Amino acid sequence: MDSTFIIEKSVVILVVFAVTMIMAMYSTWAERKVAAYLQDRVGPNRAGWGGLLQPLADGMKLFSKEEFIPNTPNKFLFVVGPAIAMSTALMTSAVIPWGDKLHLFGRDILLQATDINIGLLYFFGVVSVGVYGIMIGGWASNSKFSLMGAVRAASQMVSYEIAMGLSMIALLMMTGSLSLREISMQQAEMNWNVFYQPLSFLIFLICAFAETNRTPFDLAECETELVGGYHTEYSSMKMGFYLFAEYANMFISATIISVLFFGGYNYPGMQWMVENAGVNPANVLGMVVLFAKICFFIFFYMWVRWTIPRFRYDQLMHLGWKILIPLSIINIMITGVVMLRGEIAAYLGF
Amino acid sequence: MSIETISLSGRKKVVSNKEMTFLERLYLVAIFKGLVITIKHFFRRKKTIHYPEQVRVRSDVYRGQHQLKRDEQGRENCTACGLCALSCPAEAITMKAEERKANEKHLYREEKYASIYEINMLRCIFCGLCEEACPKDAIYLTTSKVLVPSSYEREDFIFGKDKLVMPLDVAMKNAQLKNAN
Ligand code: SF4
Ligand code: SF4
Repeated sequence: MDSTFIIEKSVVILVVFAVTMIMAMYSTWAERKVAAYLQDRVGPNRAGWGGLLQPLADGMKLFSKEEFIPNTPNKFLFVVGPAIAMSTALMTSAVIPWGDKLHLFGRDILLQATDINIGLLYFFGVVSVGVYGIMIGGWASNSKFSLMGAVRAASQMVSYEIAMGLSMIALLMMTGSLSLREISMQQAEMNWNVFYQPLSFLIFLICAFAETNRTPFDLAECETELVGGYHTEYSSMKMGFYLFAEYANMFISATIISVLFFGGYNYPGMQWMVENAGVNPANVLGMVVLFAKICFFIFFYMWVRWTIPRFRYDQLMHLGWKILIPLSIINIMITGVVMLRGEIAAYLGF
Repeated sequence: MSIETISLSGRKKVVSNKEMTFLERLYLVAIFKGLVITIKHFFRRKKTIHYPEQVRVRSDVYRGQHQLKRDEQGRENCTACGLCALSCPAEAITMKAEERKANEKHLYREEKYASIYEINMLRCIFCGLCEEACPKDAIYLTTSKVLVPSSYEREDFIFGKDKLVMPLDVAMKNAQLKNAN
């Protein structure tokens, strides 16, 4: 491995890390703005132009708050909880292809931290580890509310992960690859997967809401019943980590949705751009397009949050186990039949 | 018409507890309708009044900050009769009376005046009854848009004569205007 390779990857990783952080930071600002606009208000507008410095002010406030650790037998786990939540939220961005490649300094730079061939599996794995952050934190808090929140979060994530995985299988049957880069490449021009797998997209979207603990599935936090849910006992930057992890997760799942179903960095006419304007402009535009898609989905998350109320717990479980899982199994079967229609026709003797 | 079918407001709706159909149980249609409603609000004009920069238009009979008036010669009207304090439903007013000295005739109109006159702005409900009770036209609620400023100290909300009495130059200007007319 030569040193330029290491430098190249470090730079890519650093940029991805920074972008994730900034997106998470400004998601908090956007959340308030969107909430305000949907409710005929104007939202934060004092710190900086249009309240753009609000996230910094919030960060400063969180840093300067008292670090409170409750009287719990597990002080170590209490600190580990937010750390796990945060690191898993940031780890998922490693496999996402932000663009095809840039041609700089006589090298082709892949716009991706690492292109492993099981990218999607890696994503699912890391996301499911994320629930440990919530569970450990909630359990170590030594408080009823936190524990309730953690238990809800765990059972919700476990049940929705199944439907999510099953909805993915239909998609994977089509793509035949787990590498996110390859899935992106297959969707060149307007070959977006959402046109071929609308049901799979719908199920994935609903499950993504549940996985990121967003309304209508935010039973793990659920201010009206559980004070603050799993982070009731947290204060200062540990609390900030949980909130930050939630927004980072939202960013990542918006990215995954864009990459899996909405063509990732592809836009109509990309091939033409590569031939006529060169590799770099074409791919920079690709990144911009990807970010536009991501921003739309982040907006969609917020839009939904400020539109519909929280599900009841039994409704949540009913939706997950009795509707989404059967639906995704039916979807798999339909996909299979459509893919093998030639063979089936031949077998039946048409 | 039987009593069950009468709707006085004209907006009566009968609650139905019918079973939801499969489509309704998916909630997707309802969620979509909700999303349309909220996105319409996203583009509406915002109702917010940006307070320190913009002040809301107030009614003509708006009752604001109190003022203890002076007459045309700049003398204080109040005679410390205590009727305002008596009429105040919030018991916000206290005062201490003092006899006017011979050399104070240019300061106070009546022979008795209030050496201390305090209104507790945390208690006051701006009802205006003190204004109605005053026999000497001494206290008025002005249309001033300045609200009681916030503070960490309770003492800061007890307004004394320094804040309540009309400034002397304003009184003189009023007198001039009156003479000119
Ligand atoms: S306005 Fe009403 S409450 Fe306020 S001081 Fe006068 S009488 Fe009392
Ligand atoms: S303000 Fe009027 S009512 Fe109150 S003490 Fe003075 S003269 Fe009497």
